[in-house]
Amino acid sequence: MRYAMAIDTKKCVGCSDCVVACQTENNVPIGYCRDWIVEVTDGTYPQLEIELRSERCNHCENAPCVRCCPTGASHYEDGGAVLVTPDKCIGCGACITSCPYDARYSHPDGYVDKCTFCLDNRVKKGEDPACVSVCPTKCMYFGDLDDLNSDVSQVLKKRKWKTLIPEAGTKPHVYYLI
Amino acid sequence: MKEELITSGRMNPYIDPHLNIWHWQIPLYLFLGGLAAGILFFAALYTIQGKADKYPTAVKIAPLITPFALVLGLIALFLDLKHKLYFWQLYTTLRLESPMSWGAWTLMVVTPLSFVWSALNIRQIFPNWDWRYSWVKNIEAFFRKNIITLSWILLIFSLILGVYTGILFSAFNARPLWNTSILGPLFLASGLSAGAAAIVLISKNHFERKQMAKIDLIIIGVELFLIIHMFMGFLASTQVQIDAASLFLGGPYTTPFWLFVVTLGMVVPAVLEILELNGYRMPRWLAPVLILFGSLMLRFIIAYAGQESRWLY
Amino acid sequence: MSNRREFIKISSLGAGGLALAANTFSWSRGMSFAQDIFDDKAEEPIRTPTYCELCFWKCAGWVYKDDIGDIRKITGNDDDPHCNGRFCPRGTGGVGMYYDKDRLRRPLIRTGEKGEQTFREASWDEAFDYIAKKMNKIAEEHGPECIALFTHGSGGKFFSTLLKAFGSTNIAAPSFAQCRGPREVGFLATFGELVLSPERTDIRDTKCLVLIGSHLGENMHNGQVQEMSDAIDKGATIITVDPRYSIAAGKSKYWLPIKPSTDLALLLTWINLIIQNEWYDKDYVEKYTYGFDVLKETVKPYTPEWAYGITGLKPDMIYDTAKAMHDAAPAVIIHPGRHVTWYGDDTQRSRAIAILNAILGSWGRRGGFYYPEVASLPDYPHPPFPEPKRTWRDAFPGKFNLANEVLSTGICEATIPNTARDCSFKGWFVYGTNLIKTLPNRKQTLEAIQSLDLLVAIDTMPMEITGYADVILPECTYLERYDLLRTSPHREPNIALRMPAAKPKYDTKPAWWMAKKLASKLGLDEYFAWNDIEKLLDWQLKQIGSSLDEMKRIGVKKFPRKYDDLYFWPNQDFVFNTNSGKIELYSTDMENEGFDPIPKYTPHPEPPEGYYRLIYGRAPMHTFSRTINNPNLVDLMAENSVWINPKVTKIWGLKNGQEIYLQNQDGVVSEFPIKVRATERIRWDSVYIVHGFGHSNKKLTRAFGKGASDSELITNVMMDPVMGGTGMRGNFVTFLTEKPIGEEVKS
Repeated sequence: MRYAMAIDTKKCVGCSDCVVACQTENNVPIGYCRDWIVEVTDGTYPQLEIELRSERCNHCENAPCVRCCPTGASHYEDGGAVLVTPDKCIGCGACITSCPYDARYSHPDGYVDKCTFCLDNRVKKGEDPACVSVCPTKCMYFGDLDDLNSDVSQVLKKRKWKTLIPEAGTKPHVYYLI
Repeated sequence: MKEELITSGRMNPYIDPHLNIWHWQIPLYLFLGGLAAGILFFAALYTIQGKADKYPTAVKIAPLITPFALVLGLIALFLDLKHKLYFWQLYTTLRLESPMSWGAWTLMVVTPLSFVWSALNIRQIFPNWDWRYSWVKNIEAFFRKNIITLSWILLIFSLILGVYTGILFSAFNARPLWNTSILGPLFLASGLSAGAAAIVLISKNHFERKQMAKIDLIIIGVELFLIIHMFMGFLASTQVQIDAASLFLGGPYTTPFWLFVVTLGMVVPAVLEILELNGYRMPRWLAPVLILFGSLMLRFIIAYAGQESRWLY
Repeated sequence: MSNRREFIKISSLGAGGLALAANTFSWSRGMSFAQDIFDDKAEEPIRTPTYCELCFWKCAGWVYKDDIGDIRKITGNDDDPHCNGRFCPRGTGGVGMYYDKDRLRRPLIRTGEKGEQTFREASWDEAFDYIAKKMNKIAEEHGPECIALFTHGSGGKFFSTLLKAFGSTNIAAPSFAQCRGPREVGFLATFGELVLSPERTDIRDTKCLVLIGSHLGENMHNGQVQEMSDAIDKGATIITVDPRYSIAAGKSKYWLPIKPSTDLALLLTWINLIIQNEWYDKDYVEKYTYGFDVLKETVKPYTPEWAYGITGLKPDMIYDTAKAMHDAAPAVIIHPGRHVTWYGDDTQRSRAIAILNAILGSWGRRGGFYYPEVASLPDYPHPPFPEPKRTWRDAFPGKFNLANEVLSTGICEATIPNTARDCSFKGWFVYGTNLIKTLPNRKQTLEAIQSLDLLVAIDTMPMEITGYADVILPECTYLERYDLLRTSPHREPNIALRMPAAKPKYDTKPAWWMAKKLASKLGLDEYFAWNDIEKLLDWQLKQIGSSLDEMKRIGVKKFPRKYDDLYFWPNQDFVFNTNSGKIELYSTDMENEGFDPIPKYTPHPEPPEGYYRLIYGRAPMHTFSRTINNPNLVDLMAENSVWINPKVTKIWGLKNGQEIYLQNQDGVVSEFPIKVRATERIRWDSVYIVHGFGHSNKKLTRAFGKGASDSELITNVMMDPVMGGTGMRGNFVTFLTEKPIGEEVKS
């Protein structure tokens, strides 16, 4: 089982619903976020292009944060999701430093926190992660890459996609449909 | 015009607009670790070589600083931790892929050894020191008997510690400026250089001072060589590393780096030492203090500049 | 779904393994919802139905509470056609409205000058006595018609009943004259039908969506944004006409970067092209429309080459887009827009949009405009309302006859004493609308307020308007109250229930309670004959075969359509609700009122040298000025910035992120500075800011002084002569790097 997310940049309108939904679902303290919106505009008026991305932890297959964690707090969960065990985290900041996507933040309680794919609170109950299930444009797909019939496998087969900073060698599990 | 902006979310002052998670604690910790590694390296080396009498400061007196340096360094590290009460989790596992982990374990080995070494030499400061209890005296006798084995262990672990101070940074692929294997040898060299400088600063033995100054000169040469290679490597690499190098080549860190680290921390003390070795009279403290300062600045500047270098996307 | 299957697989492991698994996963202590799924007691967390009050879309959803009864999250109701189970960022962030510590907490009565923000706390009883006394005095001296209600929000309906019972029908929603009025009037004149809310646009199935300045995606009109996304999935062509590279423009096959204020020229040219090339739906036009030949002749001069000189859009682009509409027809929507009060000829522009839709045959067609149905609820029995002797219209003899709703700005104007009128408004109720920021021409609004005998503001938050109120009635948020059932037009008739998820915080009360109590003070009890709201709702629901208990369980109930007329059947005979019984390409209503029966292009003023046209719009995470202090939404967007083309910032030497002040053509300077955003996404002759920021009420701790307010810079109002809409896009601003000294500070 390999959990993955595909996000359609052609449909995303950058409304930030995923951000609030994540905050309220996961009790992320006000002033912090596990996901965020990036807007990239390129060109000169009126020859313009825009890309909108809802970004979060990429749940990398080759995760630098797991490698550099001195205590094993950052670890791979079943299905390849990268999670943090707060009671093992010493808050050294190495994982925050190691992440090329800057996906982690230091929780006010001291431990490091980040996107969990809503694994325990939603996915294991058969629901989609909060961001996926709230998105008004339905631009996000979540599922198992090993299941060829899953939404995410299907859409990745059909569409062109990219991952972020592939040259960093992290093998992200969050894909962007372009 | 290309415009890239985070329109919402990620309100994280530790990472935006650039990484800002490590402040003075980490570079200070790395400096003190490097300094202790340097001093202990020379102490162990001369003991193994049987030159303890020729280098009394290096072997017996300077190491007395190291427990303090290491403990201060660990305090600095502890201050940097944001989930402090879970500090002990570091010692529940050894993770070889994590420099932070094996660094912590190295310190776990080196720090007690530095105490042992200092204890063996405590009579240099307090000539009438008495351990009072016989079991303590037995332990002392045990270490004195096995001083060469102890030295070998110390020699190896001080080298590991010295390299670790650089590897801690260079293991981070996400920060292009740090992501060069030269940082390991460079920080080791810098630590040895600082150690040698500390010995020169403390020593009253003319021969020892002269020898250590010569060694320091060689190490400074190696450091400059490594720095040049580091930049050659960056400039021949990908855009992100070229951008990283440009922080020092015209970017915001150009003046601090070339002035404080290279000029004041390496070139000037090297010239001063060459002059001194050739018989010119100088204030004896000046060159070693500059070297220590340069070594400290190197850590600070690399730590801060590295946090400003990032991948493009 | 794979994850669902995975769950089933886990479930089959057996209870022992499951208990173990539950322990392993319990690390996530930051998550109150990480409820132990293996605990058979915890079926579903406690949830109660509501419909959202963060904007007018009113999506129905569920409010979830944690074990200690704190409201944690709000999600969409899967059965609700407004949201299809997906709330927008504001709806999801609605919890912030409940937790906002800056909320109004208890009734306040003003003690100092208007606008000074000096109040004393009062009991509800005292506040009602105060209001009732003043109302009776106004009724005695001037007549009950001299009290008006401005409303924007669900609870306003109770005050509406109160006012009608008292004897006034002057009930205005600023959403008419400041927003969607022209399109309703324009479409009414053409099709004899309103566009309604939610709009009857069948975007889901359209093949071509044309947006005239409408920034879907940035305005999070939830259902429409969802349907636009569906349309993108199905490969629909999107055409966006906007001087700004909007998010929708970024999704469009054709983006027409039009010169602002020239949209009508483009629309008329499209109409001409479609007629000349015989791209129109001939059968449809012949069967259903009136005045085609006159239209054909009238639009003849509007060629693409002519339009190029006016709009700056290349002729082949105009041609290609007209062809694209034809190719998709009848599954094409030239979107009526929502905020359309721009240049004062907005009804005519809306008419042109309606005509374009008509000749392409999209009205009443799949992928075009459908015929919605509303579930109708009977009123709780009450005596008939008294017939008012006067209405707001008496202040404007012979004018705005086509306005089918009350003009907020009309009431505002008719409040300022004028020798030409025998009476002006003396009392205002303002429910949930921040008139200071909502109405253009702030000077006039303030003048009107100063001449009032009574101003009652009902709101959840302190706002600019509450500072001017004589009495502030603090309402509890939508999460703490019942309201009337939501009935809104849609493909399927449906109703939605809002019930309290928590007790009202502080000394706040729901609108129904306030209106009922006040009615009692005024001796109007019989208009609120129900004992409490639950009884009213249950009674209403039982009339249509449901009950309050059922609605508490399901939140949303859909009903089958009474008529199978979502779209026209082939060759269906149809009588439109117009004078001619047909779709009026040539509007007899407009002709009768003395306006052009077919729209004509008229040029509008352009910015003078050194000035830029002020364009304003929405951000998806905020609704006007009402959400700007919501802690969850402030997290997403705390202030606005002024978008300036990099060519212009270069000329002015402005840096990205630099704080500047904006000064308009009348010398009005923005009260607060605003940060520059140098971006290619805006045309060089315009600047863009998001509406709603620049709050000047210090009691809004998060919103105060953040960004600039567009409404204070809108001093030039181009009045639509047809229906009194306030055209607000004719204001031009320039940049000041420092605030001029000697500016008086407004409260």
